[in-house]
Amino acid sequence: MTVDLSSPPEATPHPEAVSSRPRTGAFEPRQLWRSLPDALRKLDPRHQVRYPVMFVVWVGSVATTVLAVLDPGVFSWSIALWLWATVLFANLAEAVAEGRGRAQAASLRRTRTETLARRLTADGTEESVPGTALAVGDLVVVEAGEVIPGDGDVVEGIASVDESPVTGESAPVIRESGGDRSAVTGGTKVLSDRVVVRITAKAGETFLDRMIGLVEGSARQKTPNEIALNLLLASLTLVFLLAVVTLQPFAVYSGQAQPLLVLVALLVCLIPTTIGALLSAIGIAGMDRLVQRNVMALSGRAVEAAGDVDVLLLDKTGTITLGNRQAVEVVPADGLTEEQVAEAAQLSSLADETPEGRSIVVLAKERYAMRNRFATDLPRATFVPFTAETRMSGVDLAQHEGTWEIRKGAASAVMRWVRDNDGHPSADVGPLVDAISASGGTPLVVAELRTGEPARALGVIHLKDVVKPGMRERFDELRQMGIRTVMITGDNPLTARAIAEEAGVDDVLAEATPEDKLALIRTEQAAGRLVAMTGDGTNDAPALAQADVGVAMNTGTSAAKEAGNMVDLDSNPTKLIEIVAIGKQLLITRGALTTFSISNDVAKYFAIIPAMFSGLYPQLDRLNVMGLSSPQSAVLSAVVFNALVIVALVPLALRGVRYRPAGAAAMLRRNLLVYGVGGLVAPFVGIKLIDLLVSLVPGL
Amino acid sequence: MTPALAAVLQIGLLVLALAAVHVPFGDYMARVFSDSRHLRAERVIYRLGGIDAEADQRWPAYARAVLGFSFVSVLLLYAFLRLQDQLPLSLGLPAVGPDGAWNTAVSFVTNTNWQWYSGESVMGHLVQMSGLAVQNFVSAAVGIAVAIALVRGFARHRTDRLGNFWVDLVRGTVRILLPVAFLAAVLLLVGGAVQNFAGPQEVTTLGGATQSIVGGPIASQEAIKDLGTNGGGFFNANSSHPFENPTAWTNLLEIFLLLVIPFSLPRTFGRMVGDRRQGLTILGVMASIWLAAVAVITWAEMRGLGAVPQAAGGAMEGKETRFGEAASALFAASTTGTSTGSVNSFHDSFTALGGGVTLLNMMLGEVAPGGVGAGLYGMLVLAVLTVFLAGLMVGRTPQYLGKRIGRREITLVALYILTMPTLLLVGAAITAGTPALVDASVQDPGAHGLSEILYAYASATNNNGSAFAGFGAGTPYQNVALGLGMLLGRFVPIVLVLALAGSLARQQPVAVGAGTLPTHGPVFAGLLGFVVLVVAGLTFFPALALAPVAEALL
Repeated sequence: MTVDLSSPPEATPHPEAVSSRPRTGAFEPRQLWRSLPDALRKLDPRHQVRYPVMFVVWVGSVATTVLAVLDPGVFSWSIALWLWATVLFANLAEAVAEGRGRAQAASLRRTRTETLARRLTADGTEESVPGTALAVGDLVVVEAGEVIPGDGDVVEGIASVDESPVTGESAPVIRESGGDRSAVTGGTKVLSDRVVVRITAKAGETFLDRMIGLVEGSARQKTPNEIALNLLLASLTLVFLLAVVTLQPFAVYSGQAQPLLVLVALLVCLIPTTIGALLSAIGIAGMDRLVQRNVMALSGRAVEAAGDVDVLLLDKTGTITLGNRQAVEVVPADGLTEEQVAEAAQLSSLADETPEGRSIVVLAKERYAMRNRFATDLPRATFVPFTAETRMSGVDLAQHEGTWEIRKGAASAVMRWVRDNDGHPSADVGPLVDAISASGGTPLVVAELRTGEPARALGVIHLKDVVKPGMRERFDELRQMGIRTVMITGDNPLTARAIAEEAGVDDVLAEATPEDKLALIRTEQAAGRLVAMTGDGTNDAPALAQADVGVAMNTGTSAAKEAGNMVDLDSNPTKLIEIVAIGKQLLITRGALTTFSISNDVAKYFAIIPAMFSGLYPQLDRLNVMGLSSPQSAVLSAVVFNALVIVALVPLALRGVRYRPAGAAAMLRRNLLVYGVGGLVAPFVGIKLIDLLVSLVPGL
Repeated sequence: MTPALAAVLQIGLLVLALAAVHVPFGDYMARVFSDSRHLRAERVIYRLGGIDAEADQRWPAYARAVLGFSFVSVLLLYAFLRLQDQLPLSLGLPAVGPDGAWNTAVSFVTNTNWQWYSGESVMGHLVQMSGLAVQNFVSAAVGIAVAIALVRGFARHRTDRLGNFWVDLVRGTVRILLPVAFLAAVLLLVGGAVQNFAGPQEVTTLGGATQSIVGGPIASQEAIKDLGTNGGGFFNANSSHPFENPTAWTNLLEIFLLLVIPFSLPRTFGRMVGDRRQGLTILGVMASIWLAAVAVITWAEMRGLGAVPQAAGGAMEGKETRFGEAASALFAASTTGTSTGSVNSFHDSFTALGGGVTLLNMMLGEVAPGGVGAGLYGMLVLAVLTVFLAGLMVGRTPQYLGKRIGRREITLVALYILTMPTLLLVGAAITAGTPALVDASVQDPGAHGLSEILYAYASATNNNGSAFAGFGAGTPYQNVALGLGMLLGRFVPIVLVLALAGSLARQQPVAVGAGTLPTHGPVFAGLLGFVVLVVAGLTFFPALALAPVAEALL
């Protein structure tokens, strides 16, 4: 399976919800045009000096412009203009990347309007203060229709909250005091009821503020690998500066000094402008891809770390399994048919609104073709609801010859009920119950009591944790990528292992406590592995903080959100796998374009060196393998190619290179072939084509 | 037997011998540097030198020890040369002048062995034996020690200790260089090399003229000259002199000696990091580039490319008839590929293509297989660079042998990569750009003259030491400038390598698995080879285009 990261994110937990936040889809050429003013603004040298490679081009543009003014001509002006174009195209790439985030930031900023907070004072009275004046620890009251003035935890009450400004999901969510659903975000709106919120973030440092900073790119700091790559590019630039500067004495010695204009052109062609121009856009676009998937990375380092992850800790419920146990089969006791048991099971579950109960009705209909019945179809039925004491539910049907009582529930409870009514359940269903337990499933016993007869057990419903479809394939892919998956569950080891086997995870941590999780992370890290996990509860916080990539669910507590370095607004734990893919894709894009950029130089040498020196040594024209028409058009063609290739690669930088999960060796071979060999060949073709056009320009 | 067949057999024999020896010899060297015990002789040396052999040094201490030792060596050798006339066995030769003494002292301490003078007419026996030959041993041992320190950087985890320089120096000398050099000297003696303390002897040649012939402790010098990739000849004619290199098989033996340590160290590396495939990959890259150089030079010389060789019926100018074109080409490729610089023929007289490849061989940074120790650490630095470029393409931040290549590591690598080209190009550009310097030193005009300048600076800054004969290096300016080139070209990279080793050793290793970039096998080897060629090619192509390329395309 291919993870296509260019398509919109996969379905969210609330598929019925419609996203209200603007999303940026594929790259459109129009975006270049719209970003032009920003790009022009970035010509400011104070901006350029932050990017050593492009700063050299900027200086070269200024120098060639001066030279063109002093000695005007078609050639000198063409070189000067195309060097400016090179700088401008680099700016455009960055501006387009930032522009994509800005639309999202604007819509977020609209929600961050000034709100008045109702602060509780020590004596229990309320006072009205501006939201910006709130301090950490303040208690505020928010009632239906009011906007929550800042990030915090609900300490009293329960309310439904519209979080669409932040998450893009229009369906309201429940927030209540205590437990793992207590965190509220400033800027979201309470729709019903009244809650008291303890403020946990200062104004200006709220989640919303950070999000705006992130999507705008203003809060973006260069990531460690990006800094290292920048250093390498700067030193490559120095090497080429050296090669070009020392070339002049050699040329003078050989008897033909080179015009400064041509030396500048050579320098600009050699330094890694392609990657230098696109590096910052790649970083911004990588963040943007996360934002589009509703993931907020609170540090750029985390995005890179996601690419490096060796071990994924995945919670069983909701991530690997659908979250609810479902009925998968009905096993009859001796002497009965499946249909008989299924009918009893169906009748007993008609009023059972739990997911398990509903799944029994569905099973009866789909597997045993039972007519769909509703509780209202049976006016003479009395439904017995589930209680914590009886641990079973059922129905009493009044019939001509008496009542027909059906019960279903936990094996021990139902079996006691049967015994209390003179039956012998153990002999009938005992082995069935044990077999289902041993396989990791949950047995529900169905029993009946007809008037005048002893109670008897009819059979067992097999409830099972159902693994989400496609999970095994995903884990196989992860394994190929060298990533190990560990399933975390509170189940007993037997059940855990059965599900782990079915889902295809590599390892399992059963009966896991938060301490076990933390210990597991520490062990993995001590062995040199990077660990990613998701979590939502307060007791997950230490593990989230310890993990290299800790993704907190937005529904979780603020302690969890503080501890993690990413927050998933959709609260979809499966997304961890996508986050890893995005991290890898970011790094691959960077590496691919660096390789491409450096490979390009070979062809540029073959274009420019013969052009510079074939007057001096005519035999050097044999290096002019592209057969470029004249020295001037050769130099200009190389410069034009160098500028245009930036524009051509902007979509790739923004979208990221195609990413297919595979082992490192296979991935290296493929990317080397495409970007290394491609980088060697492409400029030979490109420069030749440009030369064909350029040679038509009069005056060259 | 046709010359072509002879050439192939010769190369084949050499490759077979190296393939057989590198495994046990590489393993032996790994044991030498991992051994916890000291030999009795070594304990004596430690006691005399007041060395605590059990001390484990941090990288700055290791670097200080390397620099301190080398500084004292330069001083001692300088004093030796300046006071030659006061010393015994001087053969009546005068003291060496200040700029010449500086150049020679630096040259031998940096394992370059650039010789601006003719050995037999400037250096007496004592200087040759206890000054120059001692440096031949210890400068080689310094190179090995630094390489071993870098390997320890990869092999050790969560420590700031890289080993003990003094122990590495002494072991490299006592357990590796001395025994092998002794064995080689005996073999050379058997082959006909001279070993005595005779002064100049007047002989009457067949033609009736008189000639002064110097004898001396030549076989012993010769062995370490080649084994330690030093290259400083007893005679000006170096290994083309019959007293140094009498026959075709001593010629092959000398080439074997040049290559044996550089080609065995990758095995040592693989052993010490616990993954022999890693060493094999490095070895594969080194061997491929070396073989390619051998093939191109041999082809160019045997075909006699160029107008003059074609007219003369062969490219035999500057070559010994005893060796012929193929054996000369093999020697040339090996001596420039190993930063040795000893020669059995004169590269200045090679065809433009052949001579150009010897120049390129040095410009690669002496990594294929490179000088003793220096070749391995140079190649490992390039491997780190390769990992950084390619590692990203597998979707991970780069790591090599479980060590992350982060900001600090790549900074050190970038500075390393910058050092040699800066020294080379700036040095050559100053000479080429100053007419007075050109007039003083450059014999040939045009492209060939530029080749001579580039060759001199490539040779000095890469610590090779061979010369393109046409370049008159004995002027005060060139003595000082080339001396600086040798000094900085040796010790700036060494300090950077040790800093890199320190920063690698400190790390906790990252787990290596299916998702990490495999740094062994043909794909990575091909990539590393490509990076080696591209880094040098992109840096030097403009300069080369005006020199050997312009000549070769004529």
